[in-house]
Amino acid sequence: MTNRSSRPWYLAPYYIWIALFVIAPIALVVYFSFLDLSGDFTLENYANFFSSTYFRMTLSSFWYAFLITLISVLIAYPTAYWLTKTKHKQLWLLLIIIPSWINLLLKAYAFIGIFGLYGPANQLIQFFGAGPLQILFTDFSFVFVAVYIFIPFMVLPIFNSLDKINPALIDASRDLGASQWTTFRRVIFPLAINGVKSGVQAVFIPALSLFVITRLIAGNKVITLGTAIEQQFLVTQNWGMGSTIAVFLILFMIIIMLLTGPKEKGGALNGKAK
Amino acid sequence: MAKLSNPAKIYLAFVFFILYAPIFYLIFYSFNSGGTMSGFENFTWEHYAAVFNDTRLLIIVLNTVIVALLSALISTAIGVLGAIGIIFLRNRKMRNAVLSLNTVLIVSPDVIIGASFLILFTMVGVKLGFASVLVSHIAFSIPIVVIMVLPKLQEMSSSLIDAATDLGASQRDILTRVIIPYIKPGIFAGFFLALTYSLDDFAVTFFVTGNGFATLSVEIYSMARAGITLTINALSALIFVVTLGLVLGYYFFNQRSGANAGTGGTRP
Repeated sequence: MTNRSSRPWYLAPYYIWIALFVIAPIALVVYFSFLDLSGDFTLENYANFFSSTYFRMTLSSFWYAFLITLISVLIAYPTAYWLTKTKHKQLWLLLIIIPSWINLLLKAYAFIGIFGLYGPANQLIQFFGAGPLQILFTDFSFVFVAVYIFIPFMVLPIFNSLDKINPALIDASRDLGASQWTTFRRVIFPLAINGVKSGVQAVFIPALSLFVITRLIAGNKVITLGTAIEQQFLVTQNWGMGSTIAVFLILFMIIIMLLTGPKEKGGALNGKAK
Repeated sequence: MAKLSNPAKIYLAFVFFILYAPIFYLIFYSFNSGGTMSGFENFTWEHYAAVFNDTRLLIIVLNTVIVALLSALISTAIGVLGAIGIIFLRNRKMRNAVLSLNTVLIVSPDVIIGASFLILFTMVGVKLGFASVLVSHIAFSIPIVVIMVLPKLQEMSSSLIDAATDLGASQRDILTRVIIPYIKPGIFAGFFLALTYSLDDFAVTFFVTGNGFATLSVEIYSMARAGITLTINALSALIFVVTLGLVLGYYFFNQRSGANAGTGGTRP
């Protein structure tokens, strides 16, 4: 290490942290993914992962994550766009952010009541003349609650990148005769695409790994990669298989991060959706 | 600035309604004397009384706060020193490598952090409970502190340190009398975020908590899995008020001190 005159003694705890809590855990997960239940070396977990059961689970987990991300973008983009046009935009943005600070479990719990058989959602349905429906423990409720939870994480990066656009560019586009739609499509959207990318990054990976909402809201209807890991580690106690799924989740994460490009500074920090 | 059209206003109002309705729904029914979250009967404080009479629950709240404060303090100390170290790394490759390692725990899904820490603690032989939860919280808070402190360090002019050296300051003086005062807003932002991450965490804690020890999130999870109890509603109303106080306090503190952390968000 080439360091200036000073001895970096104060770096020691930080480097110990990197070794113990960044490198060692990943190494351990990879190591355990090659172990069977009795602790012997095996490739069986990997073979299992490509068997039809796990393969189908992975596909459905991706499908749900895709749906959740897509709906979040569709709802968050107009929100962010119009927020940049409000008078006290920072205050409004703060109001969008506040719900994301409320503990995830409490929000999920609220929906247990809202989607319940006698809850407000069903009262609304009955008001329109239909019978009470089973909303809780369906994949609809899972997607709805997940989108609800991720909206702030999608609005924030999109808002930031829209807010950064120099208004002179939009004026120029108008002056040159572009319609509102063309201005949006050819000027605003390409300039703010990085915000969308950070938002996708902040939503897609957590959506793959959620297990709280699946347990509380979706019953056992939806099994995400996260649910499967939790199941293997804490219920079945098959750490080898759990680690194998975790290895793949890490790989998917790396691929998604490469696809969504270099993230904006601090963008992922807001992806604390747990 | 163009004024918002009516459809835009309606759309925004609708989004805000969706975002806040569930939270106020929870709080509203915390005052319901009937036992359910549908059909409001009479106004009552009994569920709040239940929260404050439940010694076990109060101990759990105390545990949660102790873990949050301790982990935020320790992770801030380690993170700040780490950030200063990173800034002084002259080797560009080395610095980038350390920075990438720093972001690993920020972008990792909680399930993976939880599962891998569970393996780690079991291998090392740490008993699951208070210690493992505290250490995990410190571990996942450190990179956040580093990220919050780094921009402040980067904007600090190196001539400040040169000037201090020329004037005869020791290494220690430079650290405590020049660098730390300068990056104080970043340190506070990091501490605050570490605190909220710890208070908010469920997944990691759930993996490493073992049987005897619980934080509020873990307790709410097991209560919610058992079904609806309005005690949770009362608890969530209290948590909502505390959260709101913390966030607004932090926001105005930041506005005044002119720090750029704002909502902890991205920044050009």
